[in-house]
Amino acid sequence: MDVKAVRDEFPILHQEVNGHPLVYLDSSATSQKPRKVIEKIDEYYRGYNSNVHRGVHTLGTRATDEYEGAREKVRRFINASSTQEVIFTRGTTTAINTVASSYGRANFQAGDEIVITPMEHHSNIIPWQQIAKETGATLKYMPLQPDGTIRLEDAKETITANTKMVAIMQVSNVLGTINPVKEIARMAHDQEAVILVDGAQSAPHMKIDVQDMDADFFAFSAHKMCGPTGIGVLYGKKALLNDMEPVEFGGEMIDFVNLYDSTWKELPWKFEGGTPIIAGAVGLGAAIDFLNEIGLDQIQDHEHKLAQYALERMNTIEGMKIYGPQERAGLVTFNLSDVHPHDLATVLDAEGIAVRAGHHCAQPLMRWLEVSATARASFYLYNTEEEIDRLVEGLQTTKEYFGDVF
Amino acid sequence: MSFNNLDTLYRQVIMDHYKNPRNRGSIEGDHMTVDMNNPTCGDRIQIQLQVEDGIVKEAKFDGEGCSISLSSASMMTQAIKGKPVDDALKMSEIFSGLMQGNDIEEEDIDLGDIEALQGVAKFPARIKCATLAWKAMEKGVDEEKQD
Repeated sequence: MDVKAVRDEFPILHQEVNGHPLVYLDSSATSQKPRKVIEKIDEYYRGYNSNVHRGVHTLGTRATDEYEGAREKVRRFINASSTQEVIFTRGTTTAINTVASSYGRANFQAGDEIVITPMEHHSNIIPWQQIAKETGATLKYMPLQPDGTIRLEDAKETITANTKMVAIMQVSNVLGTINPVKEIARMAHDQEAVILVDGAQSAPHMKIDVQDMDADFFAFSAHKMCGPTGIGVLYGKKALLNDMEPVEFGGEMIDFVNLYDSTWKELPWKFEGGTPIIAGAVGLGAAIDFLNEIGLDQIQDHEHKLAQYALERMNTIEGMKIYGPQERAGLVTFNLSDVHPHDLATVLDAEGIAVRAGHHCAQPLMRWLEVSATARASFYLYNTEEEIDRLVEGLQTTKEYFGDVF
Repeated sequence: MSFNNLDTLYRQVIMDHYKNPRNRGSIEGDHMTVDMNNPTCGDRIQIQLQVEDGIVKEAKFDGEGCSISLSSASMMTQAIKGKPVDDALKMSEIFSGLMQGNDIEEEDIDLGDIEALQGVAKFPARIKCATLAWKAMEKGVDEEKQD
């Protein structure tokens, strides 16, 4: 992979921040956008902006073709068996909420168990808390190992005959842990439960095959994979989605509207009430093309090298505490001596280096780690070893800067 | 941005309050407690106030957070202790203005160490850190007034 050529595709990366060349290490929060994605969205608004699925006119037809064309690109990207299984949502959060509200409300009752893990993002915790309260189901957590991984025997023990849903992230946005979702899916199915895989941190970085993984539901966001904000995907197995009620009602999703009752369109449109996110879908389609051109395997390999290099370099800094397993996705979450992550991030920012500081929308995991906050450097296809060197220098500077305080 | 700019944020007096916080702990006897979080970053502050006859007799804080939020809490408790509640609220107002980049008017109350936090105004991402303790204090005083 020619990283320099990749970087040339991202206009935003070529700027100075606070007098230094920008080092963007916050792609787990949101990725940057390549020229092709920006131009594709621009082209939609300049050339054929129209509502979809209703116009007879030429622009409307083109917009519909592009919108549905993006759905087909998503289908291939995750290897779904049909575009009927690909629902456009506002993002991962909306996708998970849709499953919790629709599937949960219809299928959970008192005594049932929803199994999740302590490493989940808030968006894969709170929807389940809420539906558990509403239905009387119980929320149950798989235990974590000290290095932030899940042992299969623990997963097996937690998933029981009472389990109706297992909801788990494929990659942790804090620990970088890559969870064995395929094995856990098998355990869920052995107990006749369904599994939702939160792919927000995996779909941008590795090949996804929902059929091989045997996920019943899979959710991800475009903005973390070079696409625009405001759009994501809910994949669901057709048989499950067919039996589910929509959660949003209105235009676009109806078949026939009577005065007192209505019927729904077929999949996937029954879950897409209102004018859909057309520009977003078009942009997501362009992002998928872009990632495919480079190759997900190449991207994963590149990030793996960066993460291993970062671990090696960062571990040489005295007072460095790194969270998560050695074998991980492309991110490193850490604390440096007693410097609070916010102070650390401010000093790095003064050096032009963007990292995330805080609880990363994972408060239960922060408590499990026994910290109130952490700093995180996350990598993507456009990052380089030189940038990690800059990070390490920045961290040395931070230590020197706060050295007389602690 | 150079270290000179960073130095406008991390003034020595701020680091001193962070390292040697004043009034950290809890009040024995009658007092009110206000807990406040900054949900975007995980900072948590607890302010305890003892108000008698409209005077802040005692003020303490505890919690976890960055140097800016904890030093601000330390300075705030120091500044309002022994002052009338109305003065404390006035200070909070001035402080809020300070964070928006306003200068302190001459006739305003002497803020002492707190002026050191003026540099935070240049770091928009950190303003919420500095105002957390003040917001907690205001909430506590409001609740007291309603009782």
